[in-house]
Amino acid sequence: MQLREVIVLLGGEVIWGESLVGGISIDRCYAADLMSDVLAFSQPGALLITGLANIQSTHTADVADLTAILYVAGKRPAQQVCDLAREKGIPLLTTALSMFDACGILHRAGLRGAHHRSVPN
Amino acid sequence: MDEVLYAEKFTILGNDFEHGGDVAARVKAILKQLGLGGDVIRRLSIANFEAEMNVVMYADEGELELQVTPDAVRIVLADRGQGIPDIELAMQEGWSTATPEMRQRGFGAGLGLPNIKRNTDELEITSTPGAGTTLKYVVHFNG
Repeated sequence: MQLREVIVLLGGEVIWGESLVGGISIDRCYAADLMSDVLAFSQPGALLITGLANIQSTHTADVADLTAILYVAGKRPAQQVCDLAREKGIPLLTTALSMFDACGILHRAGLRGAHHRSVPN
Repeated sequence: MDEVLYAEKFTILGNDFEHGGDVAARVKAILKQLGLGGDVIRRLSIANFEAEMNVVMYADEGELELQVTPDAVRIVLADRGQGIPDIELAMQEGWSTATPEMRQRGFGAGLGLPNIKRNTDELEITSTPGAGTTLKYVVHFNG
């Protein structure tokens, strides 16, 4: 799915990276506020969905090779975070939807989880 | 002793949450410039970020030493701080002494050291309570 389509589905907007968004497509997402979980279990190339808007969210996306960050619940990172995202070439998106609703809409649209350890039944 | 192709030391300040992750990002950029493989860089970067955040959260100051040899990347991170009284316990996923501020930052859930172990080929931890902790870890290029 094109990242642009994600933004439309969620009624979201681009905080930074407008010029990059058009060239990115994703098929997996990882949703968490716990960055250690993201570092431990995410797959490279995923879209990070989080309510954590501090500088560590962008460092996490960078070191874990995640494609872009979607902030939920209307969260907006500070300028310092946007500056780091620009330096690393990581687009930042935001939506007013909650984590649950954003994930539900994206899952229904065909995106899947990027959790690389199998989940117990 | 293997030939050292690249070496550099980086200082990490305790309680400096605003810069927590800078050193891992700088090391990642260096490893990319050196042309290392994507998987090696990702594993090391995750280990470095977790180790760096441990210094930010629990120590006064730390120094990360990067060494690149023809077949591996070796990291030594020595900090001055409270140390780890029981390393075996700290290696268990979910065991944590984190404060609410640490958890608000997205860390402190007891996954740090297990994450470092998961992403490295060798890990050695030595610690003196009240003095500090030293982590030594290695990622082999053919690992």
